[in-house]
Amino acid sequence: MSLTLELEGDTVVVARRRFAAPPEDVYRAHMEPALIQQWLLGPDGWSMPVCINEGRVGGKIRYEWSNGDGQGFYLTAEILELDPPHRIVHVERMHLPDPTPDNRVETTFTADGEGTLMVMRMSLPDAATRKAMLETGMEHGMEASYARLEDQITSTMPAG
Amino acid sequence: MCYIAVVSAAERLDAAFGALADPVRRAILLRLVEGEATVGELAEPFEISQPAVSRHLKVLEGAGLIVRRVDGTRRPCRLAPGSLDDLDDYLARLREALEINYSRLDRLLAATRASTAEPHERKKEGRKS
Repeated sequence: MSLTLELEGDTVVVARRRFAAPPEDVYRAHMEPALIQQWLLGPDGWSMPVCINEGRVGGKIRYEWSNGDGQGFYLTAEILELDPPHRIVHVERMHLPDPTPDNRVETTFTADGEGTLMVMRMSLPDAATRKAMLETGMEHGMEASYARLEDQITSTMPAG
Repeated sequence: MCYIAVVSAAERLDAAFGALADPVRRAILLRLVEGEATVGELAEPFEISQPAVSRHLKVLEGAGLIVRRVDGTRRPCRLAPGSLDDLDDYLARLREALEINYSRLDRLLAATRASTAEPHERKKEGRKS
């Protein structure tokens, strides 16, 4: 079930993951704001108070994240192609608050037994942008994983 | 066994935790991903003094995250070998960041299936248990 990441050439990152639900459900979870707001949240403690996804080709996407403590950032995107429930193509950038270069993301959902194989192909404009994106991911990932490890340690250590 | 693994990881990472708990030190590490830098170069983006940066560097050095070498009067720093210095490591971190979202999505999908399941399917499940 776990996620694999692969680098292709200098500018592409491909993520693959399986889900125990049919493509229809996984597709909806990527397109419907009420569902997106329940999982696309990053580390524990973050929420998505604003979630706009117009759900049509040419439509706009805007996701805003907040840690409830004054920190936050947002993403804007445009939907380029939709083939429900199999394929979503959009172009996105993060606003930190300066916008990052455009990331073209093609996400496909293929039936795989009773579940779904998701392949997400992220194409960055150049190698330096891809490196910067990976670094940003690393920073967020570091915070989240260390927070989780801390939780594990706290819960397995005898109190006091 | 899980307990032992966690405790030994805790001991090993104790110093690293302390070092990584500070946003300036995390920013310093990210800067060093690009290559070696001196105290002056590292202090530049922050509104803090060079001695303050030096104190942060001592913490990072003590945690084994960076190493320093002597070059005349300069003591440039770089990431410790095997620390955070290659794309594989970036990928591992990014994978963890994404996986947090997707394991949340797994739970959401499971809950959606359960609530939309046909009544007779649920009854069947009930009888099984």
